[in-house]
Amino acid sequence: MNETTIAPPAVRPAAPRDAQRVPAPHLRFGQGPAMSTATPPEPTTSPAANPRESAITNTIQLQARGLCKSYYKAKLEIPVLRGVDLDLRAGEFLAIIGQSGSGKSTLLHLLGTLDQPDAGEVHFWDHRIDKLPARARDRLRNEEFGMIFQFYHLLPELSAVENVLMPLMIRHSWFSFRLHKKKYEARAKELLDLVGLGHRLKHKPREMSGGEMQRTAIARALISQPQVLLADEPTGNLDAETGAEILELLRKLNHEQKLSMIMVTHDQNLAAKADRIVSLAAGKVVSK
Amino acid sequence: MYKLLLCLRYLRTRWIALASIISVTLGVATMIVVNSVMSGFTNEMMVRLRGSFSDLMFESTGLEGFPDPDFHMAKLREICKDRTIGMTPTVHVPAMFAFQVNGQWINRQIVLVGIDENTAATASDMSQQTLHPKNRQQLSFNLHEGNYDVYDRNAPDQTQKRVDLETAGWGYRRLWGARFKHMEKLRAEQAAQQRAIEGQSGPMDPFARANPGLAAAPSDANPMNGEAAAPRDPFNPQGAPVNVFDPEKEQHTGIIVGKELVYHDGMKRFMAIPGDDVKISFPTAGQPPKISSDNFTVVDIHESKMSGHDSNFVFMPLRRLQEMRGMIDPTTGIGRVNAIQIRLRDDVDINALRAELAAAFPKAFYKIDTWQDKVGPLLAAVSMEKSVLNILLFLIIAVAGFGILAIFFMIVVEKTKDIGILKALGASRRGVLGIFLGYGLSLGIVGSGMGLLLGLVFVWNLNTIRDWLEYFTQQKVFDPSIYYFYKIPTIIEPFTVCWIVGGALLIAVMASILPAIRASNLHPVQALRYE
Repeated sequence: MNETTIAPPAVRPAAPRDAQRVPAPHLRFGQGPAMSTATPPEPTTSPAANPRESAITNTIQLQARGLCKSYYKAKLEIPVLRGVDLDLRAGEFLAIIGQSGSGKSTLLHLLGTLDQPDAGEVHFWDHRIDKLPARARDRLRNEEFGMIFQFYHLLPELSAVENVLMPLMIRHSWFSFRLHKKKYEARAKELLDLVGLGHRLKHKPREMSGGEMQRTAIARALISQPQVLLADEPTGNLDAETGAEILELLRKLNHEQKLSMIMVTHDQNLAAKADRIVSLAAGKVVSK
Repeated sequence: MYKLLLCLRYLRTRWIALASIISVTLGVATMIVVNSVMSGFTNEMMVRLRGSFSDLMFESTGLEGFPDPDFHMAKLREICKDRTIGMTPTVHVPAMFAFQVNGQWINRQIVLVGIDENTAATASDMSQQTLHPKNRQQLSFNLHEGNYDVYDRNAPDQTQKRVDLETAGWGYRRLWGARFKHMEKLRAEQAAQQRAIEGQSGPMDPFARANPGLAAAPSDANPMNGEAAAPRDPFNPQGAPVNVFDPEKEQHTGIIVGKELVYHDGMKRFMAIPGDDVKISFPTAGQPPKISSDNFTVVDIHESKMSGHDSNFVFMPLRRLQEMRGMIDPTTGIGRVNAIQIRLRDDVDINALRAELAAAFPKAFYKIDTWQDKVGPLLAAVSMEKSVLNILLFLIIAVAGFGILAIFFMIVVEKTKDIGILKALGASRRGVLGIFLGYGLSLGIVGSGMGLLLGLVFVWNLNTIRDWLEYFTQQKVFDPSIYYFYKIPTIIEPFTVCWIVGGALLIAVMASILPAIRASNLHPVQALRYE
């Protein structure tokens, strides 16, 4: 992809754009400098008390400013988000908590460029990403964000390994995928091993339990080595024990791979395991 | 990469979609079978027609014909140059054909064709369609000793023996002649006895009794009556030996008759075979034409397998026909002909040549027809039938396209969530579009591939399938007595097959365009929420 098509419109015209250009072909936003004007809020937990403190840095990776989003039902406007500000620092494990209908899933979709806000801006490092052209956002989702959903969202026709490989298949052409097939498959198996599914490589989703499907989905989210993991109620459909295991896995990833993570949940107990909690109610942030 | 993988996966797991392409399969198979049979049929017919008609017919407009065929042929050669393989002069006249079976006279309307034995084979396949092997080598109007083909040379199984032809030839004629002579002798004896009785007590016939002078006259004129009548012949007062025709040793002018003229379909018997005598009446060349008739001996049977031909044509020597019709100029001895048949090389443009010839000869006196002109309506009918069938069958495939469209919309709805997942993972609009277009194409490939295979297998085993059908239904599915095809002829034209398969693929892809666009336009969030 040509980098000029990716380059987002200037948020702050004064910023030295040229210096931030990322070399093609791989769009690596992380190499740009951090936003100079952003002031990271203090972490809610004391750094000394938290063993995972080392993962958190002070640079802001993903930032939302004044996000508004409404849905329309038969011409009736239903506002979901009414001006949400959010910062995610690199390496941070952030939990968004709120009741059903508070707009937390919508916020996650906006952050992950699955949807576009009516007003407000989303910045990734210091690039504005919400107004990018569709292809650039597709590429961003494919390469920089890993997504996990409540209902796992695996493709039913494909085996576990194939599901995990899907982001790579989408990224590469048939020829280049064939060329590196061995390498990619090895990585997929490695990831399935990591999530504890090394023994179920060839199984179809319908032959797996809920926890196993979610682990597969996590492996799929990790295959393209994303910078941010966006999890939408990853344990919402699982029993408490399995949910705890999944959360433990996510925390491990956050800690060991320094992966920034946003988890949406309505469970206070799960949210308590995160570095920081943001509460959402009626489309607004009520506490940080 | 994922497009291909998903296409193949969907192909393997969505059986309902395969059901939708069965109509594509059947449509493609039917089109291939119909086109192959029609092409085979047309080709077989063209080969036969062409063989029977020769390529170009140069005809006079009137029955009396044109004088000096050699002059005309020289002129024709001058125009055609090296484009001809051969030409032969012929005389065509309408005639009546009569022969006796079990004492019953049978009359048929025919076209009597005078042909030149030496050059006929160069201009048409007529000599190849005779039943005596020697006639196929060198055409002759002399009766052969025997050894006519007893089996149909073109039939696949040599089981249906034509018993009548076993004895045909001189052997048959000698038996027949001896019996004829014996009958004549008996008749003469009977007449002599009657005369003897009449001499004693007057004629028994009341008419003869009243006119005693007339009663004796017919028996005197009878040439079979032998010596008793001879001395009184006013043309032969010296009593020289009279040349009485002996059917045991002699034949009349030889003719080759079409098989349908003498074959009885119901009895499966030949009513006249080589060796029999027949009578033919034909118009003379003068104006107005008068009827002349003569005795002929059947020397061979002509079987072209075109019923129009076999039930119409009787061939005889050109020179004899010219003599009988009075077409020979008494001063030069050159006979008139009314047609010249021309055979051309295969690569010659017949229509262009016809135009050249038409320009060279006055239209008022000459008619120049290609063999295609002669059978034009037949060929046009077959080719129109073919195109109408093609249009109708292609509509079937088009209808199948709408089936694919409907099923595809269903699949897109069913796969809404998967489309959302793919988009969430970064698949572009174009990628999703590609998946469904590719799916349509692969369904088309599978459908028309199966159709191709089915069609080809059907065509290759068409005659076996026909045999089964005939066995199970006990009915003639393809009766050889109508077209004289023992096998259903088929020709698979690669170009036509490609055209059919390509069309089916195009329809499958076109039917998947709308659903694919719909899939690619799905909003990822809404698609993911879809339950």
